[in-house]
Amino acid sequence: MTNYSLSDPGLPSSSNSALPAIELRNVSYQLPNGQSLVRNLNISVKSGETLVLLGRSGAGKSTALKLINRVLELSSGVVRVEGKSTLDWDAIVLRRHIGYVIQEVGLFPHYTVEQNISLVPRLERWSEDRIRARVSELMKLVDLNAAEFLQRFPHELSGGQRQRVGIARALAADPPILLMDEPFGALDSLTRGELQREFQKLEHLIRKTIVFVTHDVGEALLLGTNIGVMDAGVLLGIYSPKEFLAATESIAAAYVANVRMYEKVETRA
Amino acid sequence: MNLLHFFSQHHREILQGTLEHIWLVGIAMLLAVGIGVPLGIVVAKRPWLSKPILGGANIAETIPSLALFGFLLPVPWLGGRADRLAITALALYALLPIIRNTSTGIANVDSAVREAARGMGMTERQILLQVELPLSFSTILAGIRIATVLTIGIATIAAAVGAGGLGEFIFRGLAMVNNQLILAGAIPAALLALGADFLLSLLERRFRPVRT
Repeated sequence: MTNYSLSDPGLPSSSNSALPAIELRNVSYQLPNGQSLVRNLNISVKSGETLVLLGRSGAGKSTALKLINRVLELSSGVVRVEGKSTLDWDAIVLRRHIGYVIQEVGLFPHYTVEQNISLVPRLERWSEDRIRARVSELMKLVDLNAAEFLQRFPHELSGGQRQRVGIARALAADPPILLMDEPFGALDSLTRGELQREFQKLEHLIRKTIVFVTHDVGEALLLGTNIGVMDAGVLLGIYSPKEFLAATESIAAAYVANVRMYEKVETRA
Repeated sequence: MNLLHFFSQHHREILQGTLEHIWLVGIAMLLAVGIGVPLGIVVAKRPWLSKPILGGANIAETIPSLALFGFLLPVPWLGGRADRLAITALALYALLPIIRNTSTGIANVDSAVREAARGMGMTERQILLQVELPLSFSTILAGIRIATVLTIGIATIAAAVGAGGLGEFIFRGLAMVNNQLILAGAIPAALLALGADFLLSLLERRFRPVRT
């Protein structure tokens, strides 16, 4: 049996910072029935940067994300991770190199919090001591009390707690890249705000290359180094938060108008 | 009251018949689980194979049991011994619920869980063994329970080809128009079925996954 190891010497080193960590060139994806979900995407994400893909439902944001870790296989173009085409990566090695967080979390219902978090380290055959140390470190990172939560099952957690565990699980083997697909989308607004603020702090702490999908413009402005706006399968532009607020392109401006609407309420109060 | 007397008088034969019955059903179920669960996995994973597999199991299910015993009689290795023949026929009957429940159980695993498992770099084999099978275990057990109850009933017909079991009493009773003899086969068979149903449903509940 193949033993997939993150520390495999055959892997390109992540210190190769001159190259973009993730690069999409003319990437398209069609369903088997010919329907096109994303068209001609050109994106490059620098190491340590957080790129937020912003757009309405069905804009192709999640599809773009899944093409990076080969949960979907691209129809044409090329996706490079750390300079190497994803087709040249072993799909399993690639995915273990990339943390993945989804809106529904997808915790294993038959595993405790501890087992869920230690999943990838166990697949990677870490020693028990190392796993234990890593799990308690991660519990601190996502601000969950280990004594209280480690032995619980997912159904014994609140939505926010589940998502914290989901993030801890994605970070477990310390992957240099993190893909996040509307991780806070299913939470109530208070919990969402809480997790967004904490994640903002965490972002600086963990220094990872992150691609973050959301339809929430506030979240995009809060967390993004850059914001890529997508609509109908096409990338309309990539902006820094500052550029984004000043953008005149119709869709970006429409998002900004939404933000301003809340500001008006604030000044009125 | 006559019945009780009859039972106590013939308890040795009844026990003997019951043990034969359990043996027939037990071996048939082991075979059926050993073949049915892997086939159920294939049905869930390879949709183009689901029609032929489910179709085949369906056909076996629709053949009247007495006729199935008869069909198998001329088959070389099987026809030679009544117990082999009976066990094969019973296993064929048990197959369908096991295949169907295995594939349904796997298909019903939360797609978010499967996506997370794939996204984290689990191999297909790891996903099957560590995620899909444990999460569909109670559904598979339900299939085994249904198949077991079904098989206990059908196994009474195995006596028609001389495989023994509780059916002996029923057939003899029918021939002699002796109700006590019929009941000496029917009551233990019914109790076996109820007992198996009870025990397996306990197990099933124990492994039922909690939905989040």
